[in-house]
Amino acid sequence: MRAMIGLIALLPAPAFAAALEGEAQRQPTNWVAIAMFVAFVGLTLWITKVAAARTRTASDFYTAGGGITGFQNGLAMAGDYMSAASFLGISAQIFNDGYDGLIYSTGFLVGWPILLFLMAERLRNLGRYTFADVASYRFAQPPVRSFAAISTLLVVSFYLVAQMVGAGQLIKLLFGLPYALAVVMVGGLMMLYVLFGGMRATTWVQIIKAVLLLGGASFMALMVLAQCGFSLETLFARAVEVKTQAALADGASAAQAAEQGRSIMAPGNFIKDPVSAISFGLALMLGTAGLPHILMRFFTVPDAKEARKSVLWATGWIGYFYILTFIIGFGAIVLVGTDASYLDGEGALRGGGNMAAIHLAHAIGGNAFLGFISAVAFATILAVVAGLTLSAASAVSHDLYATVFKHGKASSADELRVSRLTTLALGALAVLLGLVFEKQNVAFMVSLAFALAASGNFPVLILSLLWGGCTTRGAAWGGTIGLLTAFILTLLSPAVWTTTFGLGVAPFPYSSAAIFSVPAGFIAIWLISRLDGSPRAAVDKAGYPAQRVRAETGIGAFAASDH
Amino acid sequence: MKQEQDAALVAAVAADPRYRALVARRARLGWWLSAVIFVAFVAYLLLIAFDKALLGAPIGDGVTSIGIPIGLGLILLAIALTGLYVAHANRHHDAQMAHILKDHRA
Repeated sequence: MRAMIGLIALLPAPAFAAALEGEAQRQPTNWVAIAMFVAFVGLTLWITKVAAARTRTASDFYTAGGGITGFQNGLAMAGDYMSAASFLGISAQIFNDGYDGLIYSTGFLVGWPILLFLMAERLRNLGRYTFADVASYRFAQPPVRSFAAISTLLVVSFYLVAQMVGAGQLIKLLFGLPYALAVVMVGGLMMLYVLFGGMRATTWVQIIKAVLLLGGASFMALMVLAQCGFSLETLFARAVEVKTQAALADGASAAQAAEQGRSIMAPGNFIKDPVSAISFGLALMLGTAGLPHILMRFFTVPDAKEARKSVLWATGWIGYFYILTFIIGFGAIVLVGTDASYLDGEGALRGGGNMAAIHLAHAIGGNAFLGFISAVAFATILAVVAGLTLSAASAVSHDLYATVFKHGKASSADELRVSRLTTLALGALAVLLGLVFEKQNVAFMVSLAFALAASGNFPVLILSLLWGGCTTRGAAWGGTIGLLTAFILTLLSPAVWTTTFGLGVAPFPYSSAAIFSVPAGFIAIWLISRLDGSPRAAVDKAGYPAQRVRAETGIGAFAASDH
Repeated sequence: MKQEQDAALVAAVAADPRYRALVARRARLGWWLSAVIFVAFVAYLLLIAFDKALLGAPIGDGVTSIGIPIGLGLILLAIALTGLYVAHANRHHDAQMAHILKDHRA
């Protein structure tokens, strides 16, 4: 079933196709997993209830009152960012091809330092609820807010569909539940968290998930290393031996088999041409610094210092997690790839290509640990979709409703009501799209989300923060041009044109649009701003020096309003 | 009232040469560190694109390839640079900025 591809939707490149041809068969119902999952849901619903009692104002809803510490926020950011797809997908990629999985990991991490060095503190100093607060700080509100809200909705929608389809497949796989029921459950739980608990509940769901995922992955990596005398060299040597033996069993000559075995120590087919490589890297790196649900988390901490600390913690945890994933993937080659009980008749993984880490959990800790890891994988999806939905709801209620339609005169209660209505609508939409896209190949959607964020949000934020010449028209129209370029080129790229729609040879030959669309965004903003002779442009430019001082010092920054 | 005070403070701080020097130093650090991680990552991608064999070459007599310390090193570099920036900002920037703001608020 092609739809299995959705599970690793976070891993955008077509190189993944080979890793994903396994079927998403339904597994026998795993009661340990269900019991652990029920315990997780019970705990998070209780947290939601406690959080709901403290969610009275728009500030509570959007930013948990701004009273989250840097350490907590760092964990929550990691929880927002480490998806089940990166856990299962990257370990599966390593199980199949070895080294290539590491390339994804580095790409997903290197955006975080850039986010810190150029944006984190300034974002916190200027913003209140959404990144649009910052992007539109000195500009005419309606055009720039509208751009930011539309961009947020686009980025979040693509990301969300990919997560929902992946969630349905994963739950079917792990718990033996029907796809539709799984999608409705994810949508329903996510709505409960966001609707009643707002940012406070979402943050704690993300923190708990991050702790569970990091704990579970640490245990797996530790057990793998223990079997290899805590030597990576031994682990790699055994993995190469396993792959060599497998090639020999397939009838390869001794020399060919040795070469195939060694191939897991080197980059393989992941990167075909240098342009795609750089382009894909740019999308991951700069897209991270433009994801609305990540940017929104900066407003949950009291000041710029805590914002800075959040990124350090997030980078540390995410980097650590990717190193664990690397060990887990190689551990799966050694422990899962050699055990016939995890393989079907043809030597493929039972249950589908993404089951490597799940089978490894069973090989290490039996049914109980398998149940734990399955429940963690589900918790992981819930945390990610809750964060996405909250950021989209904020874009609609705070940016469109309160600022554009009500000109900043909406009461906190009205704004809160619109947020909740939007959450309901988005939850329903996410479930619907999850059902519609069940059989579709949605692997391109996450890479599209990253490309859109890198080409629209990132240039607008950087230039509005750091270039005094940027004007309202430049930001709104230039950002839109960046978005459109990324969108159109992605539609014309092989992953969509050929793989998804089957239209033959793709007009745009590269796997990612970013190398063209990111410069397009920057140049369009620059050019339109330079040509902008409107009276508003003069106001925009005159507002820059004061904005810069506030961004650098935190004078007049919105403070925490915890009760 | 608060807003007018803020506006006056902003104007005073903007004119302070110590503030300008601090912001310039901080921006320089941010751009330099961004350039380091950016160049390191792009260099890694180019190496993958043009010289897969080099990354796959074993270290010494072992199995572990050169690509592994390079890839894991890039992850550690990202964490280390982030830590460096935060440590520097906590130790120097915050205190200097607080000092400047205090002078103008008094």
